Amino acid sequence: MYEFNYHKPASLDEIANLLAANDEAKLLAGGMTLLPTLKQRLARPSDLIDLAAITSLRGITDAGDAIVIGAMTRHAEVNRSPVVKQGLPALAAMAGMIGDPAVRNRGTIGGSISNNDPAADYPSALVALNATVHTTKREIAADNFFTGMFETALEPAEIVTAVRFPKLQIANYQKFRNPASRYAIVGVFVARFPNAVRVAVTGAGPVVFRVPEMEAALTQNFSPDAIKDITIKEDGLNSDIHASAEYRAHLVGVMARRAVAACG
Amino acid sequence: MQKTVSLTVNGRPVSATVEGRTLLVQLLREQLGLTGTHVGCDTSQCGACVVHVDGEAVKSCTLLALQAEGRSVLTIEGVATGDTLHPMQEAFRNNHALQCGFCTPGMVMSALDLVKNNPNPTEREVREYLEGNLCRCTGYHTIVLAILEGAAVMRGEAPPANVHGAAAE
Repeated sequence: MYEFNYHKPASLDEIANLLAANDEAKLLAGGMTLLPTLKQRLARPSDLIDLAAITSLRGITDAGDAIVIGAMTRHAEVNRSPVVKQGLPALAAMAGMIGDPAVRNRGTIGGSISNNDPAADYPSALVALNATVHTTKREIAADNFFTGMFETALEPAEIVTAVRFPKLQIANYQKFRNPASRYAIVGVFVARFPNAVRVAVTGAGPVVFRVPEMEAALTQNFSPDAIKDITIKEDGLNSDIHASAEYRAHLVGVMARRAVAACG
Repeated sequence: MQKTVSLTVNGRPVSATVEGRTLLVQLLREQLGLTGTHVGCDTSQCGACVVHVDGEAVKSCTLLALQAEGRSVLTIEGVATGDTLHPMQEAFRNNHALQCGFCTPGMVMSALDLVKNNPNPTEREVREYLEGNLCRCTGYHTIVLAILEGAAVMRGEAPPANVHGAAAE
């Protein structure tokens, strides 16, 4: 790892000042992606700004018909939270599928979505559940937040503070994981709202995407059979040593049907 | 950039001078001489470096020493009481749950984290919890048996018959 200056500021204002003064600074949340990246010398930030002391970024709030999760809330906390288990059980279950237990004890929702790894789990949950990302500057709909591979709508020096999810009982996430990295080769999150169904896919493409054809079919008839003839084109999907684009396209259909079936 | 980090390790307050990039596992092994915590893969996957920070299992190869400022760290060296092995360690011994032993410290620390959250885990839950701990020699059969036995003893129950068919001593 290249050397850097480590900071642990006590306020968001202090962080804003540090970011403004250091072009090559990076924010450190749980570090579960950033530290391995630094160890491989794939990045060379001048400064690491640890968000751990900003207590306002932590915690899960029951906001009536919604749940607000602070950016520095760890996956293990989301997984075990009675509020999330009760109001949005599919999200609690999804958080329990990320990485492994020690990773879930450190990794955070804000870090995960800001990094926007194409195979991360959280982006599919935010998009399927029509969540809203709260930042130090504004609120961004999940549909507009994830803009490309490892790219988001965040501006320089804009920090995710929380994510707001509507409560929803009928939703499910199915993940076909890479057994070594535990990332999703393909993950499909299905959410059934009173008047609409949303289907979001992670792992398959460069960035999370919805499947409007499946959403329309499932809105008419919420059953695995309703989408059995819908095929996903492999054009533009990821292809690597773990899975070809063709295989990933096939998995999207399989995982989507499993998710619908699991909704009961 | 050198900084001083102060934390508690196995109940003992310690201070050390580290760089920003010093990992917790480097502080433990190279500066404090606690070499029970191992580095297997250095890519956050194998779990040989698992320690507890404020009571939670974390991979010490993926945590900066400075992130542990003010925290309480428990390593495998702090698990036994004097010469008396912790029931979880004893269960690993009873069940021959190791061959080369390289992964064992991380296995034991993860097992203790599991039992803290789930005192009576099923075999499936044990296997799932070991997701982030890799063993490259024995397979997981006896490790899982050991954790089930260790959990039982920690609950105050008689240990189940071990892999050799004998009750644990």
